[in-house]
Amino acid sequence: MNALSPVTQAAKPPRVWHRFTPAERIGRSMVYVLSAIAVVWSLRTIEVIPEFLYDAPEQTADLFRRMWPFDWAFYPEQVHDALIETFHIATLGTLLALVLALPLAFLAARNFTRNPALNWLAQFIFVSSRSVNSLIWALLFVAIFGPGALAGVMSIAFRSIGFIGKLFSEALEEAQKGPVEALTATGAPRAMILVKGYWPQVEPAFWSVALLRWDINIRESAVLGLVGAGGIGVALDASLNNLYWDQVGLILAVIFSVVVVTEIVTSWLRARLI
Amino acid sequence: MTHAASAATPAEGSAGLLAIRHLRKEYRAGQPVLKDISLDIEGRGVTAIIGPSGTGKSTLIRCINRLVDPTSGEIWFEGRDLARLRGDALRLARRRIGMVFQEYNLVERLSVIENVLSGRLGYVPAWRAFLRRFPADDVARAFDLIDAVGLGEDFATRRADQLSGGQRQRVGIARAIMQSPGLILADEPTSSLDPKTSVEIMELMAQISRERSIPIVINIHNVELARRYAQRIIGMSRGEVVYDGSPDGLGDSHLKEIYGGEDWL
Repeated sequence: MNALSPVTQAAKPPRVWHRFTPAERIGRSMVYVLSAIAVVWSLRTIEVIPEFLYDAPEQTADLFRRMWPFDWAFYPEQVHDALIETFHIATLGTLLALVLALPLAFLAARNFTRNPALNWLAQFIFVSSRSVNSLIWALLFVAIFGPGALAGVMSIAFRSIGFIGKLFSEALEEAQKGPVEALTATGAPRAMILVKGYWPQVEPAFWSVALLRWDINIRESAVLGLVGAGGIGVALDASLNNLYWDQVGLILAVIFSVVVVTEIVTSWLRARLI
Repeated sequence: MTHAASAATPAEGSAGLLAIRHLRKEYRAGQPVLKDISLDIEGRGVTAIIGPSGTGKSTLIRCINRLVDPTSGEIWFEGRDLARLRGDALRLARRRIGMVFQEYNLVERLSVIENVLSGRLGYVPAWRAFLRRFPADDVARAFDLIDAVGLGEDFATRRADQLSGGQRQRVGIARAIMQSPGLILADEPTSSLDPKTSVEIMELMAQISRERSIPIVINIHNVELARRYAQRIIGMSRGEVVYDGSPDGLGDSHLKEIYGGEDWL
């Protein structure tokens, strides 16, 4: 007789399996309840003014009517040069950040630099760089260098060091240690272990992080002008202040198309590099 | 091996190429993986170290080129105690010891010839390696070696990650010879390969040892391969040497002592 017949099966105690233990189930329900409370609580504190909320659709429609048709003549006058400047700010800022972040990333990677104090120092620089928004960096650098593109480049660079450094040092820490061990065994000096053991492993990650940051920096440098750090944001700020909505509309459309184009270019490049 | 003999300095104690004296390694204090190992390796032939997993074979071989730092003991090689070397002196001593790994440890995204040339990284000036301008002699030798390990020169420009396991191990062996070593260490060089390829790789290493007179020390858990290709077998069990002699002398009683139990024999 088959050992797995229904009769013998029924004789056994039922075997049950639950994904979570009772304690885990209670814990999970608590998280759901607390999340619901948090949502209700925050909705009550943001103090929505109902009147403004009700006529929001009308206001939005009105804004679009003021923007259209765009003031096309404004493009050659001011927008084009500002756009080029935005590109320059983003690209130079990214390059500067790459140069500064690369050595720091090697210091931060615990498998390459076996000194906790240096690891910590590099991590600290990354965290400081990332904890400050580009706009805040821009305010600082406008105060130091005065308004203009230089302040923009510096603020983009300082914000990007942390981003590039953190992601690249993580890629370094994930590098396989086998090839590094093999090169150590050949008697290669440390600099060569870096160049021939680590770098070939992390090179795709490096270019991918660099491209991603350049893509983000194009978008960020578009608003830096709001605090006077150069680029297309300066023109946007001026048009907003003058309530020239047809110019504002044009600038927003230009920023949008630039972001779309860089997105396409960077994903094409990334697919090619890796 | 008597205590008195092993206490002598290797210069008087033996004419061997490599002399290990009282080598001890503890990863955790009080739990030695290697207990007082003393060995002499001759300047020729294949020496196989056999033993069960976790018995310290790999640790022993890695202590020799200091990928692992020994807790105490001496490792005499070409007139220097490797256990005491540091910094540049250690780096220069390592150039004379090639190593072949179980997982090949090639740099996957570099070409075969660059992997072979990386055996020269300890010799060439940094700028040459950085700009990939290796001396013409080295490049010529690298091509010869790729041919000698049975790959053929058209493999030179292929990327290492396009090769099969056996092909990768051949590149690993070429890289080790490229160092012009006085000794080659091989840590389970066949364990990731199929039986046929394992035999081919062992054949290649035995041939290299013979033709280029480079002594090879191989960690291997396959007793049959060890018997077939080694002139000397060292059996290890629980961090100690329990057999040291010719393949012919290795009997079932020794294997029982090395691996424990007898059902598998």
